[in-house]
Parts: sequence; C-alpha cells; structure tokens
Amino acid sequence: MKQIADFTLVGKECYGTSVLLRLRDEQPLPEIVPGQFVQVRVDDSPSTYLRRPISIHDVDVANHEISLLVQMVGEGTRHLGAANVGDQLNLVLPLGNGYTLPTKGERVLLVGGGIGIAPLYYLAKTMALKGVKPTFLLGGKKAADLVRVDAYSSIGETLITTEDGSLGEKGMVTMHSVWQQRQFDKIYVCGPKRMMMAVADIARANNVWCEVSLEHMMACGLGACLCCVEDTVEGNLCVCKEGPVFNTRRLKW
Amino acid sequence: MTIDLGRGLVLRNPVMTASGTFGYGEEYTDFVDLAQLGGIIVKGTTLNPRQGNPYPRMAETPSGMLNCVGLQNKGVPYFINTIYPRIKDFDTNVLLNLSGSTLEDYVRGAEMINTLDKIPAIELNVSCPNVKQGGMAFGVTCAGITQVVSEVRKVYHKHLMVKLSPNVTNIAEIALAAEAAGADSVSLINTLMGMAIDAERRQPKLSMVTGGLSGACVKPVALRMVWQVAKAVKIPVVGLGGISNATDAVEFMLAGASAIEIGTANFIDPAISAKVADGMRDYCERHGFQKVSELIGALEG
Ligand SMILES: Cc1cc2nc3c(=O)[nH]c(=O)nc-3n(C[C@H](O)[C@H](O)[C@H](O)COP(=O)(O)OP(=O)(O)OC[C@H]3O[C@@H](n4cnc5c(N)ncnc54)[C@H](O)[C@@H]3O)c2cc1C
Ligand SMILES: Cc1cc2nc3c(=O)[nH]c(=O)nc-3n(C[C@H](O)[C@H](O)[C@H](O)COP(=O)(O)O)c2cc1C
Ligand code: FES
Repeated sequence: MKQIADFTLVGKECYGTSVLLRLRDEQPLPEIVPGQFVQVRVDDSPSTYLRRPISIHDVDVANHEISLLVQMVGEGTRHLGAANVGDQLNLVLPLGNGYTLPTKGERVLLVGGGIGIAPLYYLAKTMALKGVKPTFLLGGKKAADLVRVDAYSSIGETLITTEDGSLGEKGMVTMHSVWQQRQFDKIYVCGPKRMMMAVADIARANNVWCEVSLEHMMACGLGACLCCVEDTVEGNLCVCKEGPVFNTRRLKW
Repeated sequence: MTIDLGRGLVLRNPVMTASGTFGYGEEYTDFVDLAQLGGIIVKGTTLNPRQGNPYPRMAETPSGMLNCVGLQNKGVPYFINTIYPRIKDFDTNVLLNLSGSTLEDYVRGAEMINTLDKIPAIELNVSCPNVKQGGMAFGVTCAGITQVVSEVRKVYHKHLMVKLSPNVTNIAEIALAAEAAGADSVSLINTLMGMAIDAERRQPKLSMVTGGLSGACVKPVALRMVWQVAKAVKIPVVGLGGISNATDAVEFMLAGASAIEIGTANFIDPAISAKVADGMRDYCERHGFQKVSELIGALEG
C-alpha cells in the first residue's frame, strides 16, 4: 500500500555533487521492492512546486529506514542535499514497479551510469539474499562520478569504466571488455537514456533478457496525470505506474 | 455540508477532484477515503480513443505546471465496458469529463453516458480544439458554446456541467451562453494557455510548444473569473484553479462558487482533497455558519 509520511533525516554522507540520505520513519515501512521510487516534497520554494522522484537506494526494514542517493543537478536536488540531520522530509512511497528478480544460478549483470547506479544497490542486496551473486558494471564521466564503489564491491564484483580513464577501463560501459569475455542471463540497467539504449542494443543483439529503469519527468507519480509517458509497443504507458522498470521487449528502442 | 447543484446532483460536501488530476479515483484510494469527497471527476474522455501528445508533456513553472497531455484516453465504449464497472460503486459522485473534436462526437458520447445509472453528471469540456472549425475550441465563442451545449442537452437528461476555458476575452458572456443553451451548472477555470522555453538548449520544454498552466499560480485569475461569472449567471458555479488548501476553497465559495474542484494540488499532497473538506467544516464552525452553503457569494464589502 502506498503512503505519505514524514521521514526524519538520520544520516547524511556527501560525495562531491551527490549525497546519501538516510531517512527514518516512526512507523514500520511498507513492503518495498528494488526499482521502486519515492516522490519527495521539497519545501519553501516556488520553483520546487512538484515533488521530485528519487529511486530507493537501500532499505533497512528493522530500523524503518530507507536511503536515497541524490545527485544535485538543480534547485530541488540541491535543497535535498542541503538538508541537515534531524530535518523532516515528506515522502510518498513506494511507487512504481520494481525489477524482476533473477532465479538462483542465473548469471546477472547490473549496469549503472552516473546517478543511475542508485537503485542497483538495493536490487543487488536483494539478489544476494536469494543466493544470486551479481556483477556490477558502473560507468561515469570521471572517477568522482562513481560514488560508494566500496559498498557495491562488498556485494558483488564491480567493473568500472570512466570516459576519461581516471578509474577502471577507459570509455563507455558498452565498451568494457566484459562484453567480449562473458555471457549473462539477465541484464539490469539504470542510467542516462542513451546509455540504456546502447546496452539494450547489445542485449537484443545477443538475445539476452534486459530490464531498464526510465527516468521521465513526473508530476503525480501515481498514474493519474499521464505526463510521464513512454511510447511503447503497447502504446503510451506511464513510466511512474507501468514502470519505471520495463523489459526492453516492451520498448520501441 | 451538503450542496445541491440541481437536477439530481447532490454533493455531500463542496469538494470534488478535477478532471485529469485524479485519474479514475482508483489511483488515490490509498490516500483518500472517497466517501469524504463531494465527488470525483474522472479523466477527460472522448468518443474514440486518443493517444495524446508525445513526451515531454509537462514542465514545471513557478508555483505551477504546464501540461500538454492531449486528452490521452481509451474512448467512451472502453470507459463503459472496462472502467465504469470498477468505479461505479465508489461511495461518492462520479462525474465524467466529456470532450470531443466534432459536434457529433460530443452528442454520441453524451448519449452513451446517459445510459449509465451511477454517473449523475457530465462535465462537458469545451476547450478541446474543434477540428471542423479549423482547430478553434467550441468554448471560446458564444456561438460555439451555444451549439455544443444545446445539442448535448437534447440527448443528455441528467446534470450537465459545462467547464469553461479561461482563454477568452469575456468569460461572463460565454457562461451566459452556456446557461441559455441549457447547462445546469458551469465549472471554471480550465488551464490557461502558456509556454516554457529551455534557454540553454534553445528549445521549447513541451512537445507541443504550448500547454495549459495550472496550480497555485493561477488562483488569482481563477478567483476573479469565478466572481465575474457568479455575478452574471443564475445557475450554480463550480470554482477551481490553484486551490491548495481549505482557505483557498473558502475564498472561491465567497466569490460565488457553490462547490469547488481540486486539481494540481493532488500531485503535491495526494490526501489534500479530504483535508480541504475537513478544513472547510472547521472554517464554518469557527465562523458560526450552520451550513456550508451560507458561504456561497458571502463576500462582504
Ligand atoms: C523514477 C525516477 C527515479 C529517479 N531516481 C533518482 C535518484 O535515485 N537519484 C537522483 O539523483 N535522481 C533521480 N532521478 C532524477 C531526479 O528526479 C531529477 O534529477 C530531479 O527531479 C531534478 O530536480 P531539480 O529540482 O534538482 O532539478 P530541476 O531544476 O528541476 O532540473 C534540473 C535538470 O534536471 C532535469 N530533470 C528534471 N526532472 C528530471 C527527472 N525526473 N528525470 C531526469 N532529469 C530531470 C531537468 O531537465 C534539468 O536539466 C530519478 C527520476 C525518476 C523519474
Ligand atoms: C495533467 C493535467 C491534465 C488535465 N486534464 C484535463 C482533462 O482531461 N479535462 C479537463 O477538463 N481538464 C483537465 N485538466 C484541467 C484541470 O481539471 C483544471 O481545470 C486545471 O488544472 C486548473 O485547476 P488546478 O489549478 O487546481 O489544477 C488537466 C490538468 C492537468 C494539470
Ligand atoms: S507522473 Fe503522473 S502519470 Fe506518471
């Protein structure tokens, strides 16, 4: 069941232009599956009138906590980044449909670009609990764009590309040598649209199952306003309600 | 808190949710007990299915937003067969917002909706471009509105609410034309035409370049128009445009509205509609009004 709740910021870690926010609810959390997101209210400014959609980065059921990994790109996300421990944030959650979890024994690749790595963390943790050990392939423009690499490495093998070569292999995620060396049964992707399209092309060419998470501009986040549509093989679908995770077979790209 | 809008449309309180902002009500049942609302007005529906406009369909603006959704919907027959059975037993008034691009579409759609027992009213959206008249909306000329309202009136026998476009020079004249053509009530305002540009990319932010402005920023314009229309017509006026809390809702009632609708504010707080109904009740108690209907047009001075 979806709910609106005031969460308290109980922890904050800064990573350059990104920030990790740990938020606690008084009440037990609703059931949250990897790939779902929250809509955060950013108060006190006419230019942050609508809520901001942010992926759920991690969930700690016992402590009623969720984490968000936010990249500060505009006024709303900068406001979130400036929040202090003890501040309250109003969230609507959990929204959208999550990723389809793999079955034991499947070889799984999680591809993240930029801040798109955010939902992959909770996804990987959930898989690991089911006995599936994922491989991460994370890409950024430069080393500083890749945050929490240690945390990712603690769950699964973590491969990295940077466009300037400052960390891992030089180039885009689609140019990494892993594509030549290994095969996967399931590929999960989140990142900039062009990167997701390129990975989807590789998956399609090799006939591999692939799910991507879209980041369209949203107003309601509930499937009510029809602002966030993607033109799919089934017609215009709301990313907030039918997605944000889509199997690439459903997409036109 | 009851409001009687006439011809069988009785609201338990003055609060309804605006078309296109509340889905079919189902999207909000985790947040709002629909029995706390006077009514819900479901998504704009046209006789035939419409794909709507391409993405991006939304741009945020200071205290508001622009949209160019373009009436994406699956058509009246799909509504009747698939959606109506799911929502007809909601414990509130379910109104259908009907749109069309030809006169025939409006009339045919209204005829079909007339057969649905649990839909007590149509909100006729006359802001959609009329393809036969070169894209001009029915709702922006007195002749256009007279034509569409009188033709729909002939086939639709329940409460007919006509939703007015604010993109006109004299909204009171348009409202009078709707009244004379047989409307039971008018609701206003629909969105104001606007535009947003991304200066960095030198591109429009919306796929259709222009779109409809809504949200808190339109409230002063909406309030003025409701006041002008309420003075002009005898039928009830339903006020909307930027209502974000109970005080806003009370202001519309004081300006002459008999009921109100909440639109964009549902996106900011999905539970706002029920909160506004509660807040209006508190206001009445605090100011010694026995009935909420006493607020209608009670503007002093
Ligand atoms: C389902 C979903 C999950 C997301 N998860 C995360 C996440 O985990 N971490 C994170 O940092 N960001 C995430 N985003 C993106 C985030 O919502 C936007 O960065 C944010 O809304 C921008 O708000 P702002 O006020 O800071 O920027 P604005 O001032 O509104 O805009 C700044 C720039 O960001 C772009 N932008 C605005 N809204 C969006 C959007 N919804 N998606 C992409 N770009 C946008 C604008 O076009 C503009 O170029 C997610 C988006 C979606 C739809
Ligand atoms: C995303 C969106 C979709 C809308 N769709 C419709 C519609 O289908 N039919 C209609 O008559 N009005 C539609 N409207 C207009 C609203 O019902 C309302 O008239 C307008 O938004 C002003 O009220 P507000 O400021 O409270 O939102 C839509 C508005 C928005 C924001
Ligand atoms: S954001 Fe409103 S339908 Fe998706």
